Amino acid sequence: MKWDTCDPSEQYLLHLGDDALVLGHRLSEWCGHGPILEEDIALSNLALDLVGLARQYYQLAAKRIGGGTTEDRLAYWRGERDFKNHVLVEQPNGDFADTMARQFLFDAFHLLQLEAIEQSPDADLAAIARKALKETTYRAQHSSEWVVRMGDGTDESHSRINAALKRIWPFTDELFQPAEVDRIAAERGLGPDVRTLREPWLELIREVLAKAQLSLPDMPQKLLRGKSGVHSESLGFLLAEMQSLPRAYPDAQW
Amino acid sequence: MAPTIDMEARFLDYVTAENKVEPKDWMPEGYRKTLVRQISQHAHSEIVGMLPEANWITRAPSLRSKLILLAKVQDEAGHGLYLYSAAETLGTSRDEMIADLHSGKAKYSSIFNYPTLSWADMGAIGWLVDGAAIQNQVMLCRASYGPYSRAMVRICKEESFHQRQGYEIMLHLAKGTQEQKDMAQDALNRWWWPSLMMFGPSDDNSPNSAQSMAWRIKRKSNDELRQEFVDKTVPQAKFLGLSIPDADLRWNEALGQHDFGSIDWNEFFAVVAGNGPCNSERIEARRKAHAEGAWVREAASAYAAKQAARRSSAAATKPQAA
Repeated sequence: MKWDTCDPSEQYLLHLGDDALVLGHRLSEWCGHGPILEEDIALSNLALDLVGLARQYYQLAAKRIGGGTTEDRLAYWRGERDFKNHVLVEQPNGDFADTMARQFLFDAFHLLQLEAIEQSPDADLAAIARKALKETTYRAQHSSEWVVRMGDGTDESHSRINAALKRIWPFTDELFQPAEVDRIAAERGLGPDVRTLREPWLELIREVLAKAQLSLPDMPQKLLRGKSGVHSESLGFLLAEMQSLPRAYPDAQW
Repeated sequence: MAPTIDMEARFLDYVTAENKVEPKDWMPEGYRKTLVRQISQHAHSEIVGMLPEANWITRAPSLRSKLILLAKVQDEAGHGLYLYSAAETLGTSRDEMIADLHSGKAKYSSIFNYPTLSWADMGAIGWLVDGAAIQNQVMLCRASYGPYSRAMVRICKEESFHQRQGYEIMLHLAKGTQEQKDMAQDALNRWWWPSLMMFGPSDDNSPNSAQSMAWRIKRKSNDELRQEFVDKTVPQAKFLGLSIPDADLRWNEALGQHDFGSIDWNEFFAVVAGNGPCNSERIEARRKAHAEGAWVREAASAYAAKQAARRSSAAATKPQAA
């Protein structure tokens, strides 16, 4: 199936689902390897919520696309160029500071995005956003607290989170650059005009960084087009791993 | 008669009468040591046991199975946490226990030193490994040490979900394509004997068992538990249409139980001694996570200390109410 030909509203669901799945998948890579047992459990929780959210978007998309499409068909049988997630969320975990910097910068965006989607006239979509807002508020609180702990912890943690924020920062501009999928979603009232989220996002970020005794990174932004299916090289490996079983045994049901 | 002997006799009467021992109660040093060894070993097994299953989280073949497996492995971290806490009530800190794990002084269940090579291994582990663990843990819900028995009650509830999760994977595979059936049979072939070894050496070769039973920590011998497990599992394998890799396995009408072949104890002791297929990888993964997490834990402690200092200096400078 040519996924680009599905209705833009369905593509928007795929974009939202892909962000949740790819980020959830990355977080699940921590399972068993967290810096402390309690945080191992917390990271798995974040992953569980995000993969759960991806399923809701994919199930809705599958129902609307029809023709026997399923959530798993969407997750396991689309290729790298069909995935419409932000390049930010596919970035490898790095150390705990990198993971939390990625999470913190995305969570603040995700909150604002979901608040807008909650107002969508599409009742099914709005219901997903409403439910996800609760968990996302928790995630944003968790990642903000860690940014503060690291920023205001030891010299080492301060320099690690500072370096991590600098590394991740160039991936954030894409959040606010409307791609085709965003433009149509905004026109149809399904989601926000992402450009309008930049200022409130910066405000959330600044507030936490001030508490963390960190400054806003001053790094040039990358030109990214993940939402149009042009990704960093790491996504291909993530998908190759994730999709390996269903593709090796195409006739099998799991 | 020396007073300590009196105390030990009274202690034995106390646990024989099915009373629970609580952290502040007097207890024989041997009882304390046995419990710390056993509970920490159990906690370590939960934590190391996360690794072979975490190996397949990123490759789970459906979103549903990914969530279930992730939730299951997360539960194991939770079990580790309850058990470390139970052991801490006996006066040994989590840090000490973890240091013993990393130095190789403390053991964990040897089954986790085998590799997980296919998705069917997720089924076999849930079905057989968690199944064997439950056999042991149901008994431990009645252990004489209160914090341990209470932790086990909670853990057992979650373990039975784990076993169903494993059996469900096996069912899907057993009903699936020929390749899936082969995958399931191969997993059973590899996990069967190590699962039987999980109950530990046979009774005539298990030096601590009698004392543990007298102290009401254990209720059943290794061989009794192993027999119960075999009797319970054989019909489950039959239902799946899989064959248990034991030519000597047969129903013994007279005894009302299954006879089964002899366990290769050389393999068991080799794996316990550190020479299983994955011993070094498992410990190395734990050491690495711990070492790489050191700065994170230090940051959290430093931040908490700063916050506490800020609160107390704010309280000190606060003007007294008139």
